Amino acid sequence: MNDTFASKIPALLAKYETDLLEEWIKAQLDATTLRKDLLSSADLRRSSDEFLSLLRRAATTGNLLNLNAPEWLPVKDFLAGVSRSRASQGFTPSETATFIFSFKQPLFTRLQEECGSDSRALAEELWIATTLLDRLGLFTAETFLSSREDIIKQQQLEMLELSTPVVTLWNGILALPLIGTLDSSRTQVVMENLLQTIVETGSEYAIIDITGVPTVDTLVAQHLLKTVSAARLMGAQCIISGIRPQIAQTMVHLGVAFGDVITKASLADALSYAFKQMGITVLRKQN
Amino acid sequence: MEKIPIIKMGDFLLVSIQVDMHDRLAMALQDDLTIRVAKERSKGVLIDISSLDVVDSFIGRMLDNIAAMTRALGTETVVVGMQPAVAITIVELGLSLENIYTALNVDKGMALLEARMKASVDENDE
Amino acid sequence: MMNNIVRREVIPLLSDEDIVRARKIVRDWTISLKFSLVDQTKLVTAVSELARNTVEHGGGGSALLEMLDDSIRRGIRLTFEDQGPGIANIDQAMTDGYSSRGSLGLGLGGTKRLVNEFDLSSEPGKGTRVTIARWK
Ligand SMILES: Nc1ncnc2c1ncn2[C@@H]1O[C@H](COP(=O)(O)OP(=O)(O)OP(=O)(O)O)[C@@H](O)[C@H]1O
Ligand SMILES: [Mg+2]
Repeated sequence: MNDTFASKIPALLAKYETDLLEEWIKAQLDATTLRKDLLSSADLRRSSDEFLSLLRRAATTGNLLNLNAPEWLPVKDFLAGVSRSRASQGFTPSETATFIFSFKQPLFTRLQEECGSDSRALAEELWIATTLLDRLGLFTAETFLSSREDIIKQQQLEMLELSTPVVTLWNGILALPLIGTLDSSRTQVVMENLLQTIVETGSEYAIIDITGVPTVDTLVAQHLLKTVSAARLMGAQCIISGIRPQIAQTMVHLGVAFGDVITKASLADALSYAFKQMGITVLRKQN
Repeated sequence: MEKIPIIKMGDFLLVSIQVDMHDRLAMALQDDLTIRVAKERSKGVLIDISSLDVVDSFIGRMLDNIAAMTRALGTETVVVGMQPAVAITIVELGLSLENIYTALNVDKGMALLEARMKASVDENDE
Repeated sequence: MMNNIVRREVIPLLSDEDIVRARKIVRDWTISLKFSLVDQTKLVTAVSELARNTVEHGGGGSALLEMLDDSIRRGIRLTFEDQGPGIANIDQAMTDGYSSRGSLGLGLGGTKRLVNEFDLSSEPGKGTRVTIARWK
């Protein structure tokens, strides 16, 4: 590629903007990947129109192959927006990328007409057009995927909070009954949630019950211990209950020391410990 | 020079840190507090840090020093209201602040100080 | 499309007040990138430690703040630089509890645990540079 080659693409985009728009919309409507159930033709027209005018503006700077240049920011922002909204609507990545790729055909046809018999120029133009649209298409796919990841993470977070509720056992005593496998990120979310609830409720005792947890690895154990330390700094005391023999063994093998952390065999034991600390006695009523 | 106000509440002194302190201001607070504790013969000190959004090793050390100095003067210090995000960060940083009493809020901090005063009186009676 | 720098700022680090200002600016940046509260706090605390080292051990210097956005990942990269005495034994300086001035010596080791990327280079007699980054 020589850099001095002056592409006709910018001029072409300006001259045929309306024609290109119509042809492109037609190409999109014909594409098998179009999701008529998710996208109205009015929306399709609106976003196609906006993309074309942004593309034309960016292209007039003549820098067609460097998408990192600042003039491409509006185009990328727009595409990122399209990807994000399509990701949340349930489009697939290829359905989303087709938005860009389907513009190839109308653009190529115009380029062919424009270059006539100058095959060298045509080759040059097609290379530029392909590279540009491929990069924009890939960008769309990448942002689409990262948006999907964000959505999934958000959903996981919501599920986590639903599946591990912090409950108030008594005025001033919270319990966090953990069930299922703990991985490091789940533990982190759950623990932050516990500390926040401690502040909101002003509870001085928090029981973390791990009876329902099959195994604990070093990282998770460390998260647990850090939570206990953080709670202590805030002025609350955590009690870990339900450490099963296997888990206790693993911990020792892993070299995790529970040190001065208060541990109890069961949630009931932990609760009566907290009662005792708070000066509460439970008595059976005599008949 | 600006100063962090120290408020007298009965037998206790209350400091509520509302601003992002620069280091000299933190040092000045440490000095002021020790002087006030000695002068007023306070029974306890409460430091409310619920408005502080960062506690780094410098502030951590200051809190530790205050606790140690007031203890040397026969008075306990309680740090109250530490935010969860701050507590998590301090643990990650590796600060242990083992010498510091903590409580969730000012009321609980006062209750803790009163309980400790009572305990030490009982001890002395025996 | 890697590591687009969307914002850049250099701030001097010569005094106590500069450390406060560095904390404040980085806090604002983390908010604009929608960092979680815990992530905000971790990065701002790291800034406080490193800025103080620059002022106190390095005899003053500067911090370069860069906001990174490649549309896939967003984050903040910070470079603390001084022309001070430098660090002769980096391993020792990184060790928790080591301090040349009888302090807690948690600044460097602790900071490393608070960020996603950490790089320290130093030449005795020439100066010190610490670069950290935290991703959203
Ligand atoms: N910018 C710097 N220039 C020269 N020496 C430095 C610099 N930063 C750190 N050091 C050296 O590394 C040692 C360890 O630094 P670190 O921040 O971990 O501890 P500290 O500053 O001594 O104590 P703390 O940060 O816990 O108050 C310092 O004592 C100092 O000798
Ligand atoms: Mg330091």
